[in-house]
Amino acid sequence: MTSADKIVTPAFDESTEELRHDFLKALRCMILSRTLEEKLSSLYRAGGRIVGGVYLGRGQEAFSAAAGIQLRWGKDIFGPLIRDQAGRIAYGEPVIDTMRTYLGVVTGPMRGRDGNIHRGQPKQGYMAMISHLGSLLSVVAGALFARRLHGTLGDTAGATSIGDGGTSTGAFHEGLNLAAVEKLPLVVSVANNQYAYSTPTHRQYACEDLVQRAVGYGVGGHSVDGTDLLACVRIFRTAFQQARAGAGPQMVVGRLLRLGGHGEHDDASYVPNLQKHTHEGRDCLLVAQNQALELAWATPQDLEKWHKEARTEVDQALALVTKEPVPDPYRENWRALSTSGLVEGQEP
Amino acid sequence: MSTITYLEAIREAQYEALRDNPDVFLYGQDIATFGGAFKATKNLGREFPGRVFDSPISEDAMIGMAIGAAVEGARPIVEMQFADFSSVGFNQIVNQAATLYWRTNTPCPITIRLPSGGTAGSGPFHSQSMESIYAHYPGLVILTPATVEDAYWMLLDSVKLDDPVIFCEHKFLYYHLKADGFGQGMPIGKARIARPGRDATVVTYSAMLHESLKAAEELRLDGYEVEVVDLRSVKPMDTDTILASVARTGRLLVVGESFPWGGATSEVVARVASEAFHLLDAPPMRLNSKDTPIPYHPNLWKAHRPTTASISAELRKLLRY
Ligand SMILES: Cc1ncc(C[n+]2csc(CCOP(=O)(O)OP(=O)(O)O)c2C)c(N)n1
Ligand SMILES: [Mg+2]
Repeated sequence: MTSADKIVTPAFDESTEELRHDFLKALRCMILSRTLEEKLSSLYRAGGRIVGGVYLGRGQEAFSAAAGIQLRWGKDIFGPLIRDQAGRIAYGEPVIDTMRTYLGVVTGPMRGRDGNIHRGQPKQGYMAMISHLGSLLSVVAGALFARRLHGTLGDTAGATSIGDGGTSTGAFHEGLNLAAVEKLPLVVSVANNQYAYSTPTHRQYACEDLVQRAVGYGVGGHSVDGTDLLACVRIFRTAFQQARAGAGPQMVVGRLLRLGGHGEHDDASYVPNLQKHTHEGRDCLLVAQNQALELAWATPQDLEKWHKEARTEVDQALALVTKEPVPDPYRENWRALSTSGLVEGQEP
Repeated sequence: MSTITYLEAIREAQYEALRDNPDVFLYGQDIATFGGAFKATKNLGREFPGRVFDSPISEDAMIGMAIGAAVEGARPIVEMQFADFSSVGFNQIVNQAATLYWRTNTPCPITIRLPSGGTAGSGPFHSQSMESIYAHYPGLVILTPATVEDAYWMLLDSVKLDDPVIFCEHKFLYYHLKADGFGQGMPIGKARIARPGRDATVVTYSAMLHESLKAAEELRLDGYEVEVVDLRSVKPMDTDTILASVARTGRLLVVGESFPWGGATSEVVARVASEAFHLLDAPPMRLNSKDTPIPYHPNLWKAHRPTTASISAELRKLLRY
């Protein structure tokens, strides 16, 4: 297991170049994600604009982005979860879609019908999570299954995420077992952030480490320090290579800490202060920036520029969305079926 | 001096149930130290050590475990974090709990608390009303308290009952609804005339009671006296009180927040139509949410569920017929 306390400088060859490329791509997604989420948080606190909850991925950006950069928009299947803002950006979702979904405008992918993290574009292979934890795993598996059936699988991979708490659902178990039986090219990220809402992991599972479960499911198991971007990038490169090469599902367990409440309504006072000062409680963004500087993969000026660009992008998105129309119940078609002729009480 | 909220009533009832019966225990996600997502079990973990447990996120197993414990003489109260997630425990509820007594002559005294109904911005998966789904199955008692008093007494009664209870508590009422005290309880299975009238009857339950009462008040300004019946329990359903009210008014509107296809409101209309057709001066009407998932944006959400305005509009149609 890699620890970023002591960076092992990679030898300079072609694979180092690839690693550097992936690392920097992920880092920039992390910066954009953090900037966007700080904006969402302040909008929530100001009140009025965002109705309902705000759920952030603070502290989990490295783990999420490192998976996301391995995915190709329009080619690979992605079913992200609550704390995957960074991974969604890395996959290719534009920042404005997050803003549009939180503000519920009709121009967004969810058109005000669903909100916040419950967003996606399934036709692009980008699945829209429901709240019921664990239930997306089998859906991503199904998309991969269909491609194999149609002979269009090629080097497609699927990816989905879950938290420590979500691994306790029957849906997670059934989904992962099914994916393993079907030997699908699926990467499952398990972000073990020590808490499920307020519930610590010892009330969630009794095994020593969730990665042990991989053996039971018959899938590849990988363990990583989720606060260490370099380690995360490496591990997901490996996991995706193996999945794409036909080795079946790969489960990657990241150890980290949720740096904030369950949602922005929650002050997380149940997290002991001491825990925030453990290794898991490190801010992965600061760790990654230091890694970039130490490896001379970026200069302080680069970092400053990326932060500035992120702020501009987020501000521009908000300014645009602010002018966009919110849903009008009289223009909404209130159709839950695609076959219009079958909607009761409506003309076809 | 309204001091007790609907939510506090639920907490208080659980407190007393734990205090008065050592067989009672609480099981649910985040309920022990944290006191639950809505704080319905605040401090109970501290006050009753070893009897309030944080569960894994495993609704199927949570309910199965409660059933097994009930067979052994325990009286578990299981909290679903949101009613919507009870769908994950659906099999255990409708096939295990609901059939146990009928198949084996063994009672199943479990109470499953379902934080139900819509609040603005909660979207399709944190807003559902599940009473109609569960009421369809034989072997379950479905309670839908609309007042602070009922929240308190009916929860206490649920725990004492030897049958599985689906306790549908409305999240919209948690903080909004207040009372001076718990007053007198009423038996489970009895409806209540929440407002007497003579021109039309509204039968409703849960949060829609309050929208209906407001609509009745609006119509009073037009000179109509609308009677409002609070079902209190969707199953068993108090047909006698409904029929007696319709006998007085001759007109019926049934209001519910859940989806429009079938369900509690249809059941009321069906009973009145088949048992008291001769008492009706107008076709019985129902008002439910729209037939789509529950929308996220408040503009859509407000149009999706019945409101005081839409209930008043339906009542005017009914009264003009
Ligand atoms: C089946 C189900 N039960 C309950 C919930 C309510 N809920 C939402 S998030 C959450 C905690 C999730 O914890 P974890 O899986 O560790 O993810 P994290 O929030 O830590 O990222 C719970 C209990 C849910 N979404 N789905
Ligand atoms: Mg967690």
